[in-house]
Amino acid sequence: MTHSIPYVAAIDEAIREEMERDPSVLYFGQNIATAPEDPFLRQFGRDRVRVTPISETAEIGMATGAAMAGYRPVVELYMAEFLLVAADQVINEGPRFHFMSGGQVKVPVVLKAGYGFTCGWAGQHTGSIYGMFMGVPGLKVVLPATAADAKGLMTTAIRDDNPVLFLHHYLLALEPGDVPDGEYAIPFGKADVKRAGTDVTLVATGWTVGKALAAADRLAADGVSVEVIDPRTVSPLDTETILASVEKTGRLVLVDQATKHSSVAAVVAAEVAEKGFSSLRMPVSMVTALDSPIAYSQPVEDYVLPNEEKITSAIRQMLGLASATT
Amino acid sequence: MANTGPSAPTEQPSEDHGGLSRERLVWMYTQMARIREFEERVKRTFTDHPGVIRGHTHLADGAEASIVGSIAALQPGDQVMATYRCHGYPIAMGTGTKAMMAEIYGKSTGLCKGLGGSMHLADVERGFLGTSGIVAANLPLATGAAYAAQIRGQGQVVVCFFGDGASKQGAFHESLNIASLWKLPIVFVMENNHYNVSTRSEQEDANAAAGEPLSVKSVAYSMPGVTIDGGDPVGVHNVVRSAIERARSGGGPTLVESKVYRLSAHGNLIAPPGVPLHYPEHEAITIFGDREEYEAALRGDPLPRFRHTLVTGELLTADEADRIAQAVRAEIEQAVSFALDSPLPEPTAGLDYVYA
Repeated sequence: MTHSIPYVAAIDEAIREEMERDPSVLYFGQNIATAPEDPFLRQFGRDRVRVTPISETAEIGMATGAAMAGYRPVVELYMAEFLLVAADQVINEGPRFHFMSGGQVKVPVVLKAGYGFTCGWAGQHTGSIYGMFMGVPGLKVVLPATAADAKGLMTTAIRDDNPVLFLHHYLLALEPGDVPDGEYAIPFGKADVKRAGTDVTLVATGWTVGKALAAADRLAADGVSVEVIDPRTVSPLDTETILASVEKTGRLVLVDQATKHSSVAAVVAAEVAEKGFSSLRMPVSMVTALDSPIAYSQPVEDYVLPNEEKITSAIRQMLGLASATT
Repeated sequence: MANTGPSAPTEQPSEDHGGLSRERLVWMYTQMARIREFEERVKRTFTDHPGVIRGHTHLADGAEASIVGSIAALQPGDQVMATYRCHGYPIAMGTGTKAMMAEIYGKSTGLCKGLGGSMHLADVERGFLGTSGIVAANLPLATGAAYAAQIRGQGQVVVCFFGDGASKQGAFHESLNIASLWKLPIVFVMENNHYNVSTRSEQEDANAAAGEPLSVKSVAYSMPGVTIDGGDPVGVHNVVRSAIERARSGGGPTLVESKVYRLSAHGNLIAPPGVPLHYPEHEAITIFGDREEYEAALRGDPLPRFRHTLVTGELLTADEADRIAQAVRAEIEQAVSFALDSPLPEPTAGLDYVYA
């Protein structure tokens, strides 16, 4: 059985269900549980649900410390850029302790932050900065694209014994979707084939998954069969599913809201070049954000981002088709 | 000594030895001697066995009284987090010196299987949760452990050790703010050795430059602050014990500034491979040309000072003190032999603990 709820509600549902299941799960951070009638606060009490000062280094470091002492904190960080204030704690503390202690401690922390808020939030609140984190050993990075994935991946993030960066996409926050009732966990490192196809492999993450599916719909009208793959977790990254698809299609288009050199697309391109080169019938095509900060004004913002049009024309060009008439 | 902030703990006069039994005092002296001998053998390793210790080590010699006085105030279940200058705490908490020396020598028998090294000792079973090699990064971690202790509600307290340099980091201020705001069961012990790697405190600390004790920083976070002589283990014990009791009873955190003098340089020489490593002289001499400051610190060395206190107080005979020294030398000699004889880890161990 499923029920239809927005993406953002699906995340809350996973956190609530895990807090009900496991008393060691904590939820604290910025701008949560400020009012006494907050539903999390009412259900779980102030010990487990707490608003923090705007102190990212302390919030994230405390989560690591509480995790080392036996709890499973979920930290609400609000916006992905705020992670940068506390880069040491995100990169160089939590993800290191299991290793440095020779396995003595575990750090089951979820860092929850929104990203990619490209709707006029300008230069410092719009980044798709997962590329900075996906190569950090000891850290896992999750990018849900649908309400169901958001629930299933948050459940798994909370149950994982490692620090997990759970980046939800702000432009998807109110997108409704069918979400399984009750306990629902999606394994990490398992890509989802969002649409099966035979001519072109299209890999996309987060908000660009919807754009990729729309482009695939349009191309289907022209008889082009596009396979759309969403890795869902970029660390661990399921390269096997992508390689198997490329073996079938021989063509690979990589869509990413991040700037090219800090993108999942760049990493997938390298993996396929190394392990699937002989499957490729032509060079890989990259449809990423242009190497620019995000502008405030809409036409400038639109210009640098990938969109359905850019994806469609990249595929048409790859297949030697005329430009779209519609 | 200076007391600042609301209801700061007061330093008890040491004449009655803080109510500590003779056995406890001798135990404290023995732990101080073990730490000193351990650190001297780490230092000697650079000349006795060149190449065995890699990277950077940081020694606790000079801070033994502060370390042991603080650790002696812990109850079972209490936890500790510290910095890269971390050899002293686990010794006082009961960690075996063989596994510690083996870790510093990078051996598979080490406390952390050779993956952590000198800067990253951890002994979770004994409550030593670990360290960070980044200045002040352990304060948020310890504050989080204290949050866990508060939720658990079993009366545990966390003691967080750091240097005076850490108090110039945002992590220090963020942590003290939340710890006080949430009344977390934690004691912040700042070991002020007056040097921040190579600068003196008054070069980078506004309070120090103004001639104030660094414990005044507690006032900004509405918690008690106290500055004490870190060379007197009984005095340290009394103050830290009352701060721990305050934390345990829900009174919240305390900032203890414990004034110590590190008797070694910040660390061994920082050099690329191929350059033999060794300990240079203390920065007082190498940078500031102040040999007299260093000589005065040696004259105030807390280890002989405590021995003198115990012997003149007829709590320890000179013979007993000599026997302790002998036993400690034998113990640490065995730790060195064990570490030297232990195998290096399998190279593939590097992939064993990336993820839990």
